Amino acid sequence: MATIKKIKVLVTKVGLDGHDRGAKVVSSLLKEAGMEVIYLGMFQRPESIVKAAIDEDVDVIGLSYLSGEHLIFTPKVVEEMRKNNVDDVLLIAGGTFPAEDIPAMEEMGIDKVFRAGSLTESIVDYINDHVEE
Amino acid sequence: MKKKLSTGEMVSRLLAGDRRAAARLITLVENEMDDHHEVMSLVYPYTGKAMILGITGAGGAGKSTLTDHLIGKFREQGKKVGVVVVDPSSPFSGGAFLGDRIRLQSHSQDDGVYIRSMASRGYLGGLSRATYDVIRIMEAMGNEVVIVETLGAGQDEVDVIHIAHTCLVVVTPGMGDDIQAMKAGIMEIADIIVLNKADLDGTDRSLRHLQGALTAGSFEEGAWMPRVVPTVSTANKPEDLQGIDELAATIAEHQTYLRKTRAIDRVRYDRVEQELGLIFKDELQKIIFKGLKGTGKKREYINSIIEQKNDPYSVVEEVLNTYLLPWE
Repeated sequence: MATIKKIKVLVTKVGLDGHDRGAKVVSSLLKEAGMEVIYLGMFQRPESIVKAAIDEDVDVIGLSYLSGEHLIFTPKVVEEMRKNNVDDVLLIAGGTFPAEDIPAMEEMGIDKVFRAGSLTESIVDYINDHVEE
Repeated sequence: MKKKLSTGEMVSRLLAGDRRAAARLITLVENEMDDHHEVMSLVYPYTGKAMILGITGAGGAGKSTLTDHLIGKFREQGKKVGVVVVDPSSPFSGGAFLGDRIRLQSHSQDDGVYIRSMASRGYLGGLSRATYDVIRIMEAMGNEVVIVETLGAGQDEVDVIHIAHTCLVVVTPGMGDDIQAMKAGIMEIADIIVLNKADLDGTDRSLRHLQGALTAGSFEEGAWMPRVVPTVSTANKPEDLQGIDELAATIAEHQTYLRKTRAIDRVRYDRVEQELGLIFKDELQKIIFKGLKGTGKKREYINSIIEQKNDPYSVVEEVLNTYLLPWE
């Protein structure tokens, strides 16, 4: 039977950061790359994000940060994923970060960090290469 | 790496209400994976009891916001609620931007609510065949109400009537006069017409037009007369919301009508008939294309049509005579 697998990505922002332009731009690019984007918007709690990721059976969670809250909220999202045994979802983050924070974010459990200015193809290729069939 | 559980194991977890099992099974059905049919055969005996509520209407009319309020009403009654929200797939990339969940957040912490976004994946009627199966999976999960919210591209989004027991069409003021409302199609499928944003200019006029159009139709004795319910589903203060209680009450009234008059039997019969038709269509197409595969015939037929040596109807007739004749 013809299987029609589509990559599903949950795009969202955690905490009180009210800048959603980046998340919307990346969502559009992923849509144009043939992915199904579930856009959860701003002001999300880690619990809501992980619950939505489970319900929607997504392959990827994409967190957008533009207000310097990445070191505060990343561990909370990772912890919530661990608590719910969500161990088969790719966790990526995008936005503005000091370069020196990236190792810390990866240490916390982000699979890949894309800083502002990353090429679209680099995000799309990374997801395509790392989502397992 | 996605964990591999056996199909049977996943279905028994689903029946116990496990949301992750539900999520995986829905993906399996959506992607038409190999064990899709087996899953549905296992799930089928546990379906048929939920109330299925369809919500359609043009983009921006307020379907998701109303859905969010209605979820709250059903939760007050202690009912578990499943929600399927369908948004369009891009005809160019095949991708989709599914943005309804953003308006369905009042219940994001409630374990009695399961929400799933679906891309239409190229079906024009607004609902893909997989939607039937997704609803069944939600029923088997133990949801007593399943809400199906579908993209309303406009006049011809009538698929939802084949799936829902009670059908809501959401409109807003200023969407046209009674002539628009009298046209065949979307307005005809409504059991309840929701005139949302009823705090905007033109509400009274729209209300008159809608009611005028409804009363211009003929109804059998004892049949359901579609109602118009004005609502305001977005407000800064909760006390400024309007019509939500009335809407919930009208839905309950329609449900009572369906049960009391046994009209529900007709709805169920139509639904199965429609579904069988869709499955036959898909499966026959698969059989035929599979039969042509490797013979070079498909390309030959298509080219002969492009070169105008042949037409699609003659080709279909020829192929059907070749492949289905023994059955006649």
